Amino acid sequence: MRRIRRGHVLIALFTAALCVPAAGVGSGTATGSLPTKIGKGEGSLNLIEWPAYADKSFANKFVQQTGCKIHRKDAGSSNQMVALMRTGGGGGGGQYDLVSASGDASLRLILGGDVQPVNINLIPSWKKFVSVFKSPAHNTVKGVHYGVSVQWGPNTLIYNTKRVKPAPTSWAALYSSKYKGKITVPNNPIQIADAALYLMKSKPSLGITDPYELNKSQFDAAVSLLKQQKKLLKRYWNYAADEITSIANGDVTIGATWPYQTLALQAKHVPVKEIIPREGATGWADTWMLAKKAPHPNCAYLWMKYVTTPQVEAKQAIVFGETPVNPKACPFMNKIQAGSCAKYHLNQPLSYYNRIHFWKTPVPDCGNGKKDCMDYNAWQKAWAQITG
Amino acid sequence: MGARHRLSSAFWRRPWLKAALLLTPPLAAFVLVYLAALVSLFVSSFWSVDAFTGKLIHQWTLQNFHDLLHSNGTYLRIAGRTIGIAAAVTITDAVLAFPLAYFMARLAGRRVRALLFVLVLLPLWSSYLVRIYAWQTILSHNGALNWSLNKIGLPDANLAYTNWAMWIVFSYVWLPFMIIPVFAAVERIPDSFIEASGDLGARGRRTFRSVVLPLALPGVVAGSIFTFSLTLGDFITPLLVGGNSSSFIGNVVEDFIGINGNIPFSAAFATVPVIVMAAYLLIARKLGAFEAL
Repeated sequence: MRRIRRGHVLIALFTAALCVPAAGVGSGTATGSLPTKIGKGEGSLNLIEWPAYADKSFANKFVQQTGCKIHRKDAGSSNQMVALMRTGGGGGGGQYDLVSASGDASLRLILGGDVQPVNINLIPSWKKFVSVFKSPAHNTVKGVHYGVSVQWGPNTLIYNTKRVKPAPTSWAALYSSKYKGKITVPNNPIQIADAALYLMKSKPSLGITDPYELNKSQFDAAVSLLKQQKKLLKRYWNYAADEITSIANGDVTIGATWPYQTLALQAKHVPVKEIIPREGATGWADTWMLAKKAPHPNCAYLWMKYVTTPQVEAKQAIVFGETPVNPKACPFMNKIQAGSCAKYHLNQPLSYYNRIHFWKTPVPDCGNGKKDCMDYNAWQKAWAQITG
Repeated sequence: MGARHRLSSAFWRRPWLKAALLLTPPLAAFVLVYLAALVSLFVSSFWSVDAFTGKLIHQWTLQNFHDLLHSNGTYLRIAGRTIGIAAAVTITDAVLAFPLAYFMARLAGRRVRALLFVLVLLPLWSSYLVRIYAWQTILSHNGALNWSLNKIGLPDANLAYTNWAMWIVFSYVWLPFMIIPVFAAVERIPDSFIEASGDLGARGRRTFRSVVLPLALPGVVAGSIFTFSLTLGDFITPLLVGGNSSSFIGNVVEDFIGINGNIPFSAAFATVPVIVMAAYLLIARKLGAFEAL
């Protein structure tokens, strides 16, 4: 069985290498040398992480168990993660082992040749994952895994329950002049997908089927919607703390957010609520990806194995305010905080995930045989023009 | 002994050798660190980046400059905003700094002057980021400003997250950089000039216009180099207190490099402030600012 599977991987890799000439997957290190077992830890592990993604509350035990001492480099944005991975000649520069990339960065790292394939069979929890996170498009290209999914969260609609009445049910609230000067959205090109998602439902004539695969006319429609939205905004938020401040101070009453900010505001007793509107929502899903030039691959595999176990998944979810990809974490979450499994939607049926459109880097390939979709460069340029 | 002797006599016979030896390290540092960075910036602005992999393509192209000029005016608007706010901040600081610097230099006693100096420089002891965040809380909807306005029966100012907020914050954070050179220039005006002006029949206002102002102007221009260039290159303040149309050149540069490693486009845009500052410094030199630094 294994031999056949490896054969498949080889073919897939070869195809991937042909499709992406600059990716350099075939440059001698990757293809034949997927490890078949995890060796002894090298004593050190260098992570590029979202703050608290290797929180001491669960990482210390890993250090004790494996002897892999963790060195953390916190990143503030997806862009910073990509930039860090590309320093020192790319591939993590021989310095970093793993990066906790979100879906808007992961394909960029794969196509840029900064990460290497992993043998997913070495991560036992993977088989238990919610099926959408086993081989998602943002970290698996043509059947080749470039890392292991770890946690996810939806991009929700937050509003001040005292000032926004009636309670919104649609993303239309963020495009309505009713809340002019009181709206905030993230300063991130991937936000174009949120407009596309809204248009997908409100303007079916555009024929949008995937908010990350937009042809020129669909893209232009989303961009022009966002240009109108700009006039209604108080500000674009850059850091989670900025949005928390603006909402807590009353400068903003409604906006696009992550559950993290909602939980932080509710903890401060600010009267806010968040919903997934009827159009559905975009969402981020994070992947621990293995750097091409990882100096400590065994420690990296040990870490990927460790963080996906149910107990650790549960701890991380509560620390960060996000949802595990491993449903076995549910009872452990409830043990830490009663009712948290339901609060973070981990008990939802598979149909729930159909409403979430996970971030992925836009590429020219539309998925329908055509190659006329707008790529991430175009998204970023358009975003610069919208916000500029 | 013999070697040292020979060396010192060699220096004595060839004076240029000593000068060369003294100047080589700083000059090398200047050329390598400073000029080389500027040159590589300028050169890379003619390259492009592979959209797919984010890798640099080392082929000459004018595309970046073309995009700068032809993107529905976006980048011209951003450059205009950056330069406009930098100019507004400079004028504001000059107007605010002059009376204070004049008072410190010519009217205040020694103790008061020392106290004022400490007060002017005190904010510089704290992080600039902390001071921006402080303004964020002052200007916010529930902040000290609106609270005070409401107390005296006025409506909310709604300044948070606007270009007005940026103007206020920039004017605040760079003010000390204007006060100090103006103070130095005013202090250097000899008392005898002002007495002579009075002896010749000029009243206070005439003396100020014809003697003090022209002699203090180089100080103002010197200070303006700081306030203008510091504002021109900033990208933190727009992020933290700016509104929905507050991007500066620095923000675009940061976004383009951060998001897809588009160093060439960023370099092309970064040449704009370089050119603006070069022109500014040429004018400043004409106005004698470098003697006042």
